[in-house]
Amino acid sequence: MTPDPSSSSKDTGDVKSGRRGFIGIAAAGIAGVLLAPGIRLIEVAQAASPGAAPAGANPKVRWGMLIDTTKCTTGCTDCVTACSKENGLSGGTSKTDSQWIRKIEIKEVRTGKTQSLPVMCQHCAQPPCVDVCPTGASFKRADGIVLVDKHTCIGCRYCMMACPYKARSFVHEPLTNQNPDVPRGKGTVESCTMCVHKVDKGESPACVSACAAAGHEAILFGDLNNPESEISRRIRSIQTMQLRADLKLDPGVSYHGI
Amino acid sequence: MKSPAETRNFWLLAALGGLVTAIGLGAWHYMEVHGHIVTGMDNQVVWGLPHVFAIFLIVSASGVLNIASIGSVFGQSAYKPRAPLSGLLSVALLMGGLMVLMLDLGRSDRIIVAATHFNPTSVFAWNIILYSGMVGIVAVYLFTMMERRFNPYSKHAGLAAFVWRFILTTGTGSIFAFLVARQAYQSALLAPLFIVLSFGWGLAVFLLVQSSMFAWTKRHLTPKVERRMAKLLGIFIAASLYLVAVYHFTNLYYARQTAFEAFILRDGGVFPQLFWLGYVVIGSLIPLALLFHPAMAGEKSTAIASVLVILGALAWLFVFIVGGQSFPLDIFPGHLLTSSFGDGQIAHYTPSLPEFLLGLGGVGAAFLLTIVGIRALNYMPPDDYIAPQP
Repeated sequence: MTPDPSSSSKDTGDVKSGRRGFIGIAAAGIAGVLLAPGIRLIEVAQAASPGAAPAGANPKVRWGMLIDTTKCTTGCTDCVTACSKENGLSGGTSKTDSQWIRKIEIKEVRTGKTQSLPVMCQHCAQPPCVDVCPTGASFKRADGIVLVDKHTCIGCRYCMMACPYKARSFVHEPLTNQNPDVPRGKGTVESCTMCVHKVDKGESPACVSACAAAGHEAILFGDLNNPESEISRRIRSIQTMQLRADLKLDPGVSYHGI
Repeated sequence: MKSPAETRNFWLLAALGGLVTAIGLGAWHYMEVHGHIVTGMDNQVVWGLPHVFAIFLIVSASGVLNIASIGSVFGQSAYKPRAPLSGLLSVALLMGGLMVLMLDLGRSDRIIVAATHFNPTSVFAWNIILYSGMVGIVAVYLFTMMERRFNPYSKHAGLAAFVWRFILTTGTGSIFAFLVARQAYQSALLAPLFIVLSFGWGLAVFLLVQSSMFAWTKRHLTPKVERRMAKLLGIFIAASLYLVAVYHFTNLYYARQTAFEAFILRDGGVFPQLFWLGYVVIGSLIPLALLFHPAMAGEKSTAIASVLVILGALAWLFVFIVGGQSFPLDIFPGHLLTSSFGDGQIAHYTPSLPEFLLGLGGVGAAFLLTIVGIRALNYMPPDDYIAPQP
């Protein structure tokens, strides 16, 4: 975005050309004064968003997860607790509390088989939340991580209507004690960031570490684009599935054992 | 010159509209300060009562323009003198609806961002253009009708408004039609359905406003014109019922959709009640009887039928919007789900007072704009009423 070009041309005009010229310059000046800070703020906001960060996401990488439901235990919520702690969530479970990751108990109707597994943002390659967002606040990084730009989210909740995984939460109340690495905002939508602030430092997401620390190692994190990565090798060698694969959204999160 | 009584009535009505709008703005401020926690909406039912009001107003805004289109595009002379009121109501309803929609945003203070950041793949973003374009085109259309020198262009402006209105309601229907996530939506039928619904809702609003204006000035429509418009409303109601039925029948045919249809039409508590009693009986069948039964048809019955159509519209929208979200997402087809996040469970939404007042504020704003517009443009259908007897 560039400032109004008329302001610069008017600025160099003849100041002595009478009332008309004066009004023109004044109008251009006022327009500049009114517009410039807005444009600046927008630029700053864009620069501050991860999608436009100079360090940038690596387009050669696609971060993903493989969740082995055969290793995930009913009653264990270590991944959920770790997520809340890492991202400054309250951990509350009321209908209006944010839950970026939750444990779901599923029971197959036909066979009665029960399983427990975590569900979070599936970081789709074709994310419906990004398609429907009117301002582009919902966006996908070059490395496949789907995020919400808190500066441009207007809180319309259209993305929440569009997400087939119920992965998104709306901040219903004023927030306190935020984690500086994970900015949140009342009236905006949020979801699992795959702990992008840790991933960018070469670390694993909090849920992955917590699951490993609990001895389950049910969540494997890695680069889906690298055929040599552990996650790619596992996905090649065992049967996996993506949630609602029929929608062809190509989620970055896969499940084994369902 | 306006009589003192007319002036007094104008200020009384304007004050009433202003008060309702102000209450709506107060409700918005309350929601803005406390967050959406003070509404009944949550992470499952993300759109609630404000959206019911907003979408009703926006869809009606499109439908109410039908009157002008029938006059200028299809050349029906009985509708021509009604075109200015039709255009005015269209702009007023659209403004009222947009006010509710914008003030319900989590960050309504950032509405300018919707103009500075535009995502071309978003149906919402398309609608921002469609809504503002609609206001512009209808304003030009009104101008060509009211400024004698530009009368020859009125037909072209009317045609442009007619086409734009179709696209606009297609856009409103597509807000839902393009959602693959939820079973209630994701149907191409929704765009034509919304267009047909808009015909009935818009005409009902128009007839109600027209009959109120005539009643206040103790005037009456000629029986011929009255009958003609009443019959048209009846046809629109029947067409809406037909498309709503087709929408549900298509769903019932697909095995994967039967659980949702059972919920919305039979087992879902308030939703089947609102659908059958609110939309089908009160909002469609009774109005049809009032409009067509020889023993009942008449000016009063048409006005009552119009009120019932509007109530039925709100009932239908509640079922469509809230009911559609209350049914759980099918993340694991063939499985029963439980979680701390309401997965697999029917969501229960109870609207709160601020939400209702915000929605009502939009209606108040539309009313206020209409009252001021009628006064400023000095509008009254001039040719076919029976003047008050001395």
